[in-house]
Amino acid sequence: MNRNTPPPSKLKKRLTVVDFLLYGAVALFIFYAVYRVNDVLVYHWNWSKVLGFLVKFDDESEAWVSNLLLQGLWTTLRLALWATVLATVFGIVMGYWRTCKNLTLRIISRTYVELIRNMPPVVFIFIFYFFVSSQIFPALGIEDIDSEGAFASSAMFHFMFGDPQLFSNFLAGMLCLALFEGAYITEIVRAGIQSTEKGQWEAARAIGLSPFNVLRDIVIPQAVRKILPPLAGQFITLIKDSAIISLISIQELTFVATEVAATTTRVFETWILVGFMYFILCYSFALLFAHLERRAKRSQR
Amino acid sequence: MSDNKIGTPLVEITGLSKWYGDFSALYDINLTVSSGEKVVVCGPSGSGKSTMIRCINQLEEHQVGTIFVDGREVKPGMKNIEEVRRDVGMVFQSFNLFPHLSVVDNLTIGPMRNKGISKAEATEIAMHFLERVHIAEQADKYPPQLSGGQQQRVAIARALCLKPKIMLFDEPTSALDPEMIAGVLDIMIELAEDGMTMICVTHEMGFARKVADRIVFMDEGEIVEVAEPETFFNNPSTDRSKLFLSQLLGH
Repeated sequence: MNRNTPPPSKLKKRLTVVDFLLYGAVALFIFYAVYRVNDVLVYHWNWSKVLGFLVKFDDESEAWVSNLLLQGLWTTLRLALWATVLATVFGIVMGYWRTCKNLTLRIISRTYVELIRNMPPVVFIFIFYFFVSSQIFPALGIEDIDSEGAFASSAMFHFMFGDPQLFSNFLAGMLCLALFEGAYITEIVRAGIQSTEKGQWEAARAIGLSPFNVLRDIVIPQAVRKILPPLAGQFITLIKDSAIISLISIQELTFVATEVAATTTRVFETWILVGFMYFILCYSFALLFAHLERRAKRSQR
Repeated sequence: MSDNKIGTPLVEITGLSKWYGDFSALYDINLTVSSGEKVVVCGPSGSGKSTMIRCINQLEEHQVGTIFVDGREVKPGMKNIEEVRRDVGMVFQSFNLFPHLSVVDNLTIGPMRNKGISKAEATEIAMHFLERVHIAEQADKYPPQLSGGQQQRVAIARALCLKPKIMLFDEPTSALDPEMIAGVLDIMIELAEDGMTMICVTHEMGFARKVADRIVFMDEGEIVEVAEPETFFNNPSTDRSKLFLSQLLGH
């Protein structure tokens, strides 16, 4: 051996007996579940009925258009995207306030976080829906937006917010979700800001940067790298939590799924399909975030 | 030993006291540093040396007493403290370079944000000072890629980019490997020879002997003795400074 000898190769990882036993157990369980459903429950699978709710052939335009379930999925996506944007804004502002010296700002942000974190989401959503959206929206005149108006009836509006006639309904659901997830993002942002070393704040102040520049140029760029993983997790949680919004009759995926399950009576097929749709949605975002994280790490060096 | 003429008072500290909770960290500090003067602050750890110089740019807030920097009073909660800080360069024990910015960006961010000058102009200033600390070839690297000594030299250059009237050094060599210390001290000596006003908290007594106009000895939050280096090292006037020197130089 000399200096130029390559390092010894790593041992290959092999599957052991324990691994095979585990695979066997999982396979057995699946087999048993299928057996129960087929032979004991005597359940007759009928996927075509449910799949028909994904897309339908529209006789008028003579083209395939999305049916209830896919429309629900689009609504879920729109809800989740807008709520993510809004929740991030809440999270950044409130998260910063949590770290401020000013007592009033700290009280406001702390109250917001504690109120939401210590209440079941369903309860919060009902309170929000019956007070805010049924009392305040009419007062603000949001109910009266002209669904035939130039902007509201434009394709752009439809693409971004869905059916204009359901806009106030959509807005209520979106706000609800954003407020709810914003509280969790607040805590992530606070942790990120506070995780920046004291020395970084001091050095930034010592070169005479204004408080705003200290945050924008020094603290936030370093915090963002640290909070990217928990933030990504929270965004995916937000997509899943959007299912709760179905309780206030927002016509997102879970809401339409209950309707489809009821009208078709194909409960198993509907929920398995909807579960699969959620999985695809969330998993693709997880992959996207993992990719972004890797890129952030690379640029950090 | 400095030949540079010593001018008007740049930092005037009068009756300064500070507490952390009930603990008295600083008590009745009086110190005036004139422009061009080099003052070395020494004393046992926990004696309030760092706290004192950190009050000058208000990284620490004092409770009693007054501090004037170049004729402006600095006090807790004041507005425009940034303007004072731009006149006061500071070098920390742990460097505190911004790890997400390249070396040159560490230097340009201050002038660009504070004075609104262009990136090109700021880069020109930055490269000038990087050359001065003999590290221009590392401009595009990131701080974690540099050795401790290199990082500290970048930190000195970062402070100089704001063309400060006074430089504060807070134990600049304490976190360095022994072989890195000389490089940083050399830069500080060059800076002193160029006439920069400096207050250095350091245990480097060789540096103190060579550069200081005055030595300030602190213990338990008070200034115990102020003397010229020769007097301080050869003939300290208090028991506490004698004890400190014997511990520091005794072995």
